[in-house]
Amino acid sequence: MSKVEAIPECVGQAANESNSLLADSGFLEVLRRQMLKFATLQLSDPNLAEDAVQEALIGALRNARSFAGRAALKTWVFAILKNKIADILRQKQRTIDASSLLREDEEDEDFASLFNQKGFWQADQHPAAWPHPEEALREGEFWLVFQSCLEKLPGNQARVFMMREFVELDAHEICETVGLSTGNLHVMLHRARLRLRECLEDRWFLAGEQPC
Amino acid sequence: MLNCREVTRLLSESQERTLSLSERMSLKVHLLICAGCRNFGKQMDALRQIARAYVKGANERRDEPDD
Repeated sequence: MSKVEAIPECVGQAANESNSLLADSGFLEVLRRQMLKFATLQLSDPNLAEDAVQEALIGALRNARSFAGRAALKTWVFAILKNKIADILRQKQRTIDASSLLREDEEDEDFASLFNQKGFWQADQHPAAWPHPEEALREGEFWLVFQSCLEKLPGNQARVFMMREFVELDAHEICETVGLSTGNLHVMLHRARLRLRECLEDRWFLAGEQPC
Repeated sequence: MLNCREVTRLLSESQERTLSLSERMSLKVHLLICAGCRNFGKQMDALRQIARAYVKGANERRDEPDD
């Protein structure tokens, strides 16, 4: 579904550039590693993940002529990978050990630092207004923070969050795939988002108080 | 009346499903008086934008001129 925006006169040039991209083993290796991380988290199976990534890369290389630059190639590879992962997950119908996901005491513990007994924000935990979140998207450093915040999520929370937000499966598809009830899924996504937003706020959006 | 914990739960769920009329009304009332939850709501949209941008490779993008 990604648009190919090559103007006819530029086709030769774009093809040259993508050929050189493909010859750029450093770039390909970084891309491969990123995709592998993504796929491994999604599938929780290194072998399946490796296969899916290989197939996505091969699929993209086959169409190498259509890419005008790194960003375009990456978008395309991710689109292929995303579909592959969605297919694998749909077929696999894995079950997450539901009892390990939702321990009530763990749930309370999670929230006790954020909310008081009446369920209102603790004094120092009110979410702040994030200044210009769209500007963060252009900062290389921001993405390092984002990745590390994602990695700090409990594995199952990270997985359903990524299925929802990266692979863009809907709630029903995720529940079917991992054998969760809708209620459990909502709880997990809620927890994942509470943690993520807290992490991003502490480490990025409010971390820039000191001059750079 | 809903507390912040319940409100954040609804705000999160609204990313997956359409809230009922009564849920939306209770939300609205709470958000009128609670800046923390208002910020949380905006951050849910920001998180989604961030995730989409990440998948599109925004973290790799250099400032390439658009031609």
